[in-house]
Amino acid sequence: MFGWEFPPHISGGLGTACYGMVSGLLHNKVDVLFVVPKLYGGEDDKFRFVDANQVVVDFGDQAIINSLKRLNYLQINSPIVPYVSPEDFILSQEERNESKHVLEGNKVKYAFSGNYGKDLIREVEQYALVAMQIAKDNDFDVIHAHDWLTYQAGIAAKQVSGKPLVVHVHATEFDRSGEHVNQSVYDIEKAGFEAADNIIAVSRLTRRILIDRYGIPPHKIVVVHNAVEQREKKVYIKENLLDKQIVTFLGRITFQKGPDYFVEAAKKVLEVMPDVHFVMAGHGDMYLKLVERVAELRMSSRFHFTGFLNSAETDKMYGMSSVYVMPSVSEPFGITPLEAMRSGCPVIISNQSGVAEVLRYVIKVDFWNINKLADSIIGLLAYPEISKTLAEEGWKEVEGMKWEYASLRVKEVYSETLKQVR
Amino acid sequence: MKKLCFYFQVHQPMRLRHYRFFDISKNHDYFDDKFNFEIMRKVADKCYLPMNQLLLDLIHEFKGEFKVSFSISGTALDQFEMYAQDVLDSFKRLAATGCVEFLAETYSHSLSALISQEEFTNQVKRQAAKIEELFGQKPKVFRNTELIYSNHIGWMVNQMGYKTMLTEGADKVLDWRSPNYLYQNEHCPDLKLLLKNYKLSDDIAFRFSQASWDAYPLTADKYVDWLKSISWTEEIVNLFMDYETFGEHQWKESGIFDFMYHLPRLVLSRSEFKFCTPSEAVKELQVRGSISVDNPISWADMERDLSAWLGNNIQDDAFESLYRLEEKVKRIKNADIQRDWAYLQTSDHFYYMCTKFFNDGDVHKYFNHYNTPYEAFINYMNVLSDFEERVNKMVEALDAKVEKKIAPAAQSLAPKKEAPKKAEAVKKAAPIKSKKVKVKSQKEEPKKKVVAKKSAPAKKKEDPEKKVAAKKAAPKKKEAPQKKVVKKKK
Repeated sequence: MFGWEFPPHISGGLGTACYGMVSGLLHNKVDVLFVVPKLYGGEDDKFRFVDANQVVVDFGDQAIINSLKRLNYLQINSPIVPYVSPEDFILSQEERNESKHVLEGNKVKYAFSGNYGKDLIREVEQYALVAMQIAKDNDFDVIHAHDWLTYQAGIAAKQVSGKPLVVHVHATEFDRSGEHVNQSVYDIEKAGFEAADNIIAVSRLTRRILIDRYGIPPHKIVVVHNAVEQREKKVYIKENLLDKQIVTFLGRITFQKGPDYFVEAAKKVLEVMPDVHFVMAGHGDMYLKLVERVAELRMSSRFHFTGFLNSAETDKMYGMSSVYVMPSVSEPFGITPLEAMRSGCPVIISNQSGVAEVLRYVIKVDFWNINKLADSIIGLLAYPEISKTLAEEGWKEVEGMKWEYASLRVKEVYSETLKQVR
Repeated sequence: MKKLCFYFQVHQPMRLRHYRFFDISKNHDYFDDKFNFEIMRKVADKCYLPMNQLLLDLIHEFKGEFKVSFSISGTALDQFEMYAQDVLDSFKRLAATGCVEFLAETYSHSLSALISQEEFTNQVKRQAAKIEELFGQKPKVFRNTELIYSNHIGWMVNQMGYKTMLTEGADKVLDWRSPNYLYQNEHCPDLKLLLKNYKLSDDIAFRFSQASWDAYPLTADKYVDWLKSISWTEEIVNLFMDYETFGEHQWKESGIFDFMYHLPRLVLSRSEFKFCTPSEAVKELQVRGSISVDNPISWADMERDLSAWLGNNIQDDAFESLYRLEEKVKRIKNADIQRDWAYLQTSDHFYYMCTKFFNDGDVHKYFNHYNTPYEAFINYMNVLSDFEERVNKMVEALDAKVEKKIAPAAQSLAPKKEAPKKAEAVKKAAPIKSKKVKVKSQKEEPKKKVVAKKSAPAKKKEDPEKKVAAKKAAPKKKEAPQKKVVKKKK
């Protein structure tokens, strides 16, 4: 299984989902070898990891040479030029790349940061090279790749091993960037979907995007909704600011997450309930614009920006909240509402999120419908009964969303895929 | 003889510490003591101590011929007491010479004149009391934060009994006229105005060490030549500047201390100028014109307006959020609340939120320890949220006390105990009707209060009105409690 991040070192939902998925598979007696660009230490040792930083790629190996030749089509729009021999390839890599160490002969070791920095595309490609070596050295039945960062690795591993590839879509370029897609990323995604034997989408919403935007045949795509890591129900003492009711937004402050709709709805709520407090936790490219907007609406004394929160602070924030809102414009799944519900916080989500397909004890609104969003917030704050019902039933609902179940579905996809291949 | 009037502004804000959202409700300590201490010691050693000594020497040398004036903000005085007693002592020595005048301003170097006459007046009184306590001098001349002035502010200042005020000699106000005369407020002729000669002031304060300036390097000789070239009809040159100019904004290495060492002797020996304090200037000069200022002016930036502190959204929202609390804060006697209320009003907090990045933005950066105005804003709002919560809690406690005292009194006077019970019964039966009943019972309560007026708490409620009425008649009465607050602060 190829991933890009794994707890405790994570920057988004992908790592969290991978953790849950692998735990669940383990529970279902599926043996998983998890590959990451970089191990930071502190990862749970019940899992088997491969650290791409430690892998020595042998470009003298015939299987790898053959695969490299066949992988030419992958190089669309990438700086890797088609090559004649592995030696030339190594040379061409050397010119533009200091992050590798040539050992004796044709053996190469790559250095990965595992970040999402400016060298991302290059690391993605090197990750694919490393994947070939891993595919050659290990014995396995199915290859599973999470999101575009690992699709090239998945394809390369498939080339070397001839084993079937399952691609897992947590988000597409359209979710991340709206209509302003990065063509290179789109191309990598499309190649991944086409090379995959089967595709797992985290929601019907995402499945629809694959069909409509990438032209993928529907029969290849299976929907497996995410779950949430189970935890003991904690009762958080409301100590902060907290004779007051708090309505919380938590996530990247970017277009995709719809934070601007949250701000506009807050204004409408404050007109009716002037003592409610709003919190926007997280960071992102719309941050300053929204600070400015909140000040322009003259509600800064009721609207707080916390900046980025670590996981302990995140839990604390959920515990402090009377209502959690996820007004995403486009959310393939959306794991934060589940985390909020797990903390006993009633939740409002947008219909434009994958998680809306599975949750019942939440309020669902269209992200653009600011009035309805404001009405829902007011309703939850003004009528404790409905808040209580949503909190209690929501908690039960989330309790039923176990990774064991989701992973069982994934296991079924594996079996199905193996059947098809044979 | 022409007059040369030096006025130096001495101010240090109480800078806020990094205050996170999760600190709200938990941590009521807003000020970065360590940082404030470090800055105070740095400025004391580079500027206050050496410059005070230089001025003291000059005053002694010229035996009453050399004079200056100061305005020291209450927040600076508080920090002297906390971190730099040596600086305070040296100011006291200056005060003892009789050649140094101390001016009145707002205690916390605030912008209160722009929003609340009551708060403005309170702060000025508190500041004047503090100056008198420390330096044995009752201020007679007023200067507002950053020389901010308008017709209305001038009127308020005059209402407090001040007859002279300092402000900027802004081009947009004077037009073709020279700042080198004594002016008066057009609508309130009782208030005389001394206007800053910004060219000659800024030559020292801003341009002194600018190598790209065509007059660089500035010597006392050259400067006296400029003074001498001023038309024979003009009567006074007002040199107003930050005291931190000496040694802090213009480093010692720039020769600023040498310049100030030579200036008085050359002025006195070579020119027809003599030094005077603002009070002396007004006593000896005739009013030559009057000015009218509708929109407030200041001495800041190219615009000479308020845009360094107010005008963008984050500044305005923070400012309005702060002063929304004024009425509540006034009811609270708690010394910590009163101290924080004063320190949170300091204009610097709003200055840090300025988003004018061009021209003066560079100057702004120098005085700003925040990375961005937004960072400053969010930090300030977090603090203010905690402060608001504390204020609300105390006000609620006060209200509860008042109600407790009123309730039994009202009951004994009005034996209609059954009424509320009835209301409750109706509420259960028909929720819609109960609203009406509720309104009725609320209406009844004030009546009870009227009846109970003779009881102590009801009297309290009357007080503020009485005070307002009595204020104009006897302003001195209010000074006594004011002093007490100052003492508590120590």
